[in-house]
Amino acid sequence: MSDPLLQLENATVQFGGLKAVADLSFQIDAGELVGLIGPNGAGKTTVFNLITGVYQTTSGQIFFDKKSVVGRRPYKITARGIARTFQNIRLFASLSVFDNVRCACNMHLAHGISHSLWRGAGFSKEEAQVEKDVMELLEIFGLDGERDMMCRSLPYGDQRRLEIVRALATRPKLLLLDEPAAGMNPTEKVELMKLIRFTQKKFKLAVLLVEHDMKVVMGICERIVVLDYGQKIAEGTPAQIRSDSKVIAAYLGKETVDA
Amino acid sequence: MDKWPKSILIAVLLGCLIGSPFVFQINPYYYDILLGIGISIILAASLNLVNGYTGQFSLGHAGFMGIGAYASSWVTLSYGYCLGANTTSTTTVFLLALLGGGLMAGIAGLMVGVPSLRLKGDYLAIVTLAFNEIIKGVIQNAEPLGAQRGLGGMVQHTNFFWTFGFAALTVYVVVHLVNSTYGRGFLAVRDDEIAAEAMGINTTKYKVLAFVLGAFFAGIAGGLYAHFKQFIHPEGFNFLRSVDIVVMVILGGMGNTAGVCFAAVLLTILPEFLRSVSHYTWLPLWLQQIAENRMILYSLLLIVLMLTRPQGLFGGLGMPRRRKDVEK
Repeated sequence: MSDPLLQLENATVQFGGLKAVADLSFQIDAGELVGLIGPNGAGKTTVFNLITGVYQTTSGQIFFDKKSVVGRRPYKITARGIARTFQNIRLFASLSVFDNVRCACNMHLAHGISHSLWRGAGFSKEEAQVEKDVMELLEIFGLDGERDMMCRSLPYGDQRRLEIVRALATRPKLLLLDEPAAGMNPTEKVELMKLIRFTQKKFKLAVLLVEHDMKVVMGICERIVVLDYGQKIAEGTPAQIRSDSKVIAAYLGKETVDA
Repeated sequence: MDKWPKSILIAVLLGCLIGSPFVFQINPYYYDILLGIGISIILAASLNLVNGYTGQFSLGHAGFMGIGAYASSWVTLSYGYCLGANTTSTTTVFLLALLGGGLMAGIAGLMVGVPSLRLKGDYLAIVTLAFNEIIKGVIQNAEPLGAQRGLGGMVQHTNFFWTFGFAALTVYVVVHLVNSTYGRGFLAVRDDEIAAEAMGINTTKYKVLAFVLGAFFAGIAGGLYAHFKQFIHPEGFNFLRSVDIVVMVILGGMGNTAGVCFAAVLLTILPEFLRSVSHYTWLPLWLQQIAENRMILYSLLLIVLMLTRPQGLFGGLGMPRRRKDVEK
């Protein structure tokens, strides 16, 4: 079997006396769609922040593509191939839809400041290429008509989609989605599930999904990791998780399982 | 603005070069104001890169200006005639001195920026303010730089061409940086640092770059100022001068180069205009008397402007955008 794409080994993060994530180990293989669930405050977003370098692990290791990402700055981890979206949408408010995505292409550009000033042939060529790439992405996700709109004026669902598009523009191998279905109605959620599956297949991505909506999680995840108080309490296929007594006690509750 | 081509820059530079001898013949008082405008434009446009586009609130721009002024003056005073006494030689030394002053200010910007740019908002403002006072304090005690007596005796090299040539260059650099894929990193950093990092943008690099470039151009402006006024004093580069520049940026609209340049022009002319009002004998006497308190009037105008347009004169009008993009 090949090496896992992402591997957490006893990752721990401590804020003062609180262990937000304790001895967490799990792995994601290339192209896999994994769900990360748990009650509020279980440490799901903290796990995201650990993987992307926003927080540093107190102890433990995180490997991506066989190399440790512990202690790396977030932008370097992104350059390695991990992209994310945010629970509370964090688009660049003063940039247009198009420029939001274009910004995420920055690290793939060969030209630097001096080229931006001089604007030679190489610069124009690269700019044109970026424009083409960005437009392709926007078209795939049906946002090409809104390219010049400010992202603030987009409907909520489109903003969520734009965040995914922006993350994809960094050309990741692993996409972390933090509650993408939050605030969506049932129809939008169905659309979102299709979109995530489509994205995973189309860009050959591994996806780690944090989500509270069990229909979404159970519907698309191949494997689920359950957190409670920073600790992994279960891991398995949706069917296994649904019938796990620990998970039912900590998170799912009786009705959800019956439904 | 997006595709402000090199040809326009060259045209502006040529225009300044040809116009310079004619402009020199105007009333010296107007000439003084005119060059003051050019220097203000450089200061405001470069600070706008830091405060406006990158969102790092610096209150020490005058400090960098002071470094540039003193460094370049020191060069021309010490080595002014080392290449010969003809105009070409002294002008060459002057140019080198300007660049040297800019570089010194840039290096100072790097030294201040690297440790302090991890601070945000008010905290960064305080650090830069303190830096400004340190620069002033150092100069006040530096005997070779004239200490409290100030430094004088520089030859008046600065003219219309150099002032507006460098102003055009500053605006060119700022506009081109901000309107490129690469330069949009500045705006991304301002809008959301965490998201910017997550999108692979090295936020530290962008912040330091903006800060160093801003300091560099402030240094150039300082050099131009020193070789125009022919006398500089540490108090001329104090915190209040920094605030003047910040006011230009805020009044023009943070992150709007055209607005900020307009504000630089306006705020340089306005105090002088108010001065002249008190001499208009055809005005009613009470108006003349009000105008005598011109600095109060000036402050009042600022208050009214900020109350009516808190986003700045040109702010909130949206980013300049290519027409082609909109039509599509």
